[in-house]
Amino acid sequence: MERWAYEEVLAFTRSWDAVYFTAMFAVALVYAYWPKNKAKFDQAARIPLEDEGQ
Amino acid sequence: MQTAASEGNAPWRFDLFVLPVILGLGAFAGILEAARSPDPAMQAQGWTFALCMMATGAWYLWTYAGRTPRDELTPYANDVVRAGVIASMFWAVAGMAVGLILALQLSFPHWFYFAGEAWTNFGRLRPLHTSAVIFAFGGNVLIATSFYVVQRTSRARLWGGSLPWFVFWGYNTFIVLAGTGYLLGITQSKEYAEPEWYADLWLTVVWVCYLLTFLGTIIKRKESHIYVANWFYLSFIVTIAMLHIVNNLSWPVSLLQSQSYSLFSGVQSALTQWWYGHNAVGFFLTAGFLGIMYYFIPKRAERPIYSYRLSIIHFWSLIFIYIWAGPHHLLYTALPEWAQTLGMTFSIILWMPSWGGMINGLMTLSGAWDKLRTDPVLRMLVVSVAFYGMSTFEGPVMSVKTVNALSHYTNWTIGHVHSGALGWVAYVSFGAIYCLVPWLWGKKKLYSNALVEWHFWISTLGIVLYITSMWVAGIMQGLMWRAYNEFGFLEYSFAEAVQAMHPYYIIRAAGGGLFLAGVLIMVFNLWKTVRQDAPAQAAALVPEAAE
Repeated sequence: MERWAYEEVLAFTRSWDAVYFTAMFAVALVYAYWPKNKAKFDQAARIPLEDEGQ
Repeated sequence: MQTAASEGNAPWRFDLFVLPVILGLGAFAGILEAARSPDPAMQAQGWTFALCMMATGAWYLWTYAGRTPRDELTPYANDVVRAGVIASMFWAVAGMAVGLILALQLSFPHWFYFAGEAWTNFGRLRPLHTSAVIFAFGGNVLIATSFYVVQRTSRARLWGGSLPWFVFWGYNTFIVLAGTGYLLGITQSKEYAEPEWYADLWLTVVWVCYLLTFLGTIIKRKESHIYVANWFYLSFIVTIAMLHIVNNLSWPVSLLQSQSYSLFSGVQSALTQWWYGHNAVGFFLTAGFLGIMYYFIPKRAERPIYSYRLSIIHFWSLIFIYIWAGPHHLLYTALPEWAQTLGMTFSIILWMPSWGGMINGLMTLSGAWDKLRTDPVLRMLVVSVAFYGMSTFEGPVMSVKTVNALSHYTNWTIGHVHSGALGWVAYVSFGAIYCLVPWLWGKKKLYSNALVEWHFWISTLGIVLYITSMWVAGIMQGLMWRAYNEFGFLEYSFAEAVQAMHPYYIIRAAGGGLFLAGVLIMVFNLWKTVRQDAPAQAAALVPEAAE
């Protein structure tokens, strides 16, 4: 494989990392706000309160 | 709940074989260094390490020889958390006392400095202070609270038998080794990564055991969901492992010498160091303590976190963004321009998770704001979140290149660090420990709420004095350094800027003194809490009897 010059790596990461970041953030958003997950998260939020064992 | 090893015919315990072997090898290596090293400082380090290993070995014998300790028969491991709480308070007093000495040395250079005693030099005491407060105090708080939280939120006992205890003793051995090393003049001169190669290797062993304990507990959990606090703790453990290993890649001059050479050089070394340094802030001082926030604020306020969905977004955006912000420590240096801009941009984007997290913590109180009036512990926790929001607002502002041109290398940076360290990290830790001590020692409540009020107000006044004096001092310093006269010469000599700092250094020392006084009040209060004869005393012996 041909070796990439510093500038080429730079140009690649500059453009594609922005896409990658946006995509990852979108995945997190969709996961957090997926309607079916709501009940699970509401239940999860109560985990610290339901434990009595000290 | 699950049962610990049954009494009588105890099964063969892997941890009781492997861990003492590691201790034995460690003691052997320490004695070898002490006997063979040509360097007296390294001999002292060898003895220190060997003594710590033997002391831990003696503890193992005393605890496990011929019996199963009572703490292993309970559903949750509590003794190791108790030990962590005690160690945290010890290191808090020690580390902050050294900080006060340094503040006084800056105000009055001859105080606490003895010409014949090199260890009283500012350069040796400074890393002792930073390591003692961040790694010794903060680290013990994180290990103790993570052990407490992961058990309750997973409804499972800590994994690994005596492994958590090995983590506790091993980590504190690292602290002692590092701290005494600084006083002897041993340092690899990387900020917040001063310990030399052998201490770094030992910390790696301990940290792997910490990860195993934590992961093992999560894997055997009885709760299907992994609670968000555990995500934050886990990201802290994993990321610190990565940062520690990469930044400390080095080659020792000899196995019998303390010095080593970094595998990186020049600008690569600088960038690696600040990739490490900033993420130590991001994952040690932020992610780890957010784990505390997400457990202790809901628990203390007796209401669930404001938005669990927001906590998920908070987590993933923090993880993805923080790791890129390090270059803002190297603005206007040999670092490529684009990398500087990248660091600055990601620092600005960090406002998003920081404020998302702050809102989540604060809004948990909605509908229960009156508790802030009556419960000073909850108030301390909530004020810590406010400081988290404030210092993570200030940080990105300072990372903007034009602001940084004024603020960098000045006392403004010191003020910023302390608004985060005192206001956020220390306050959230104090709040958690005030919660933990009555819970762990089976007491109904703290010895005195009034003393918590005193602690809160004295130390808040201390923080305000500290950060306001450093703002004024830092901005004045920056302006004096950049002032030119009509002929284009510098208006002030460097010494004039130093002299101008004097009154602010005194105010800062007063603020630090008040903060330390608050911690001493806390120690007294906790001591009396543990010693008091409460009606709940009977339950203290077997706190889990109800399970």
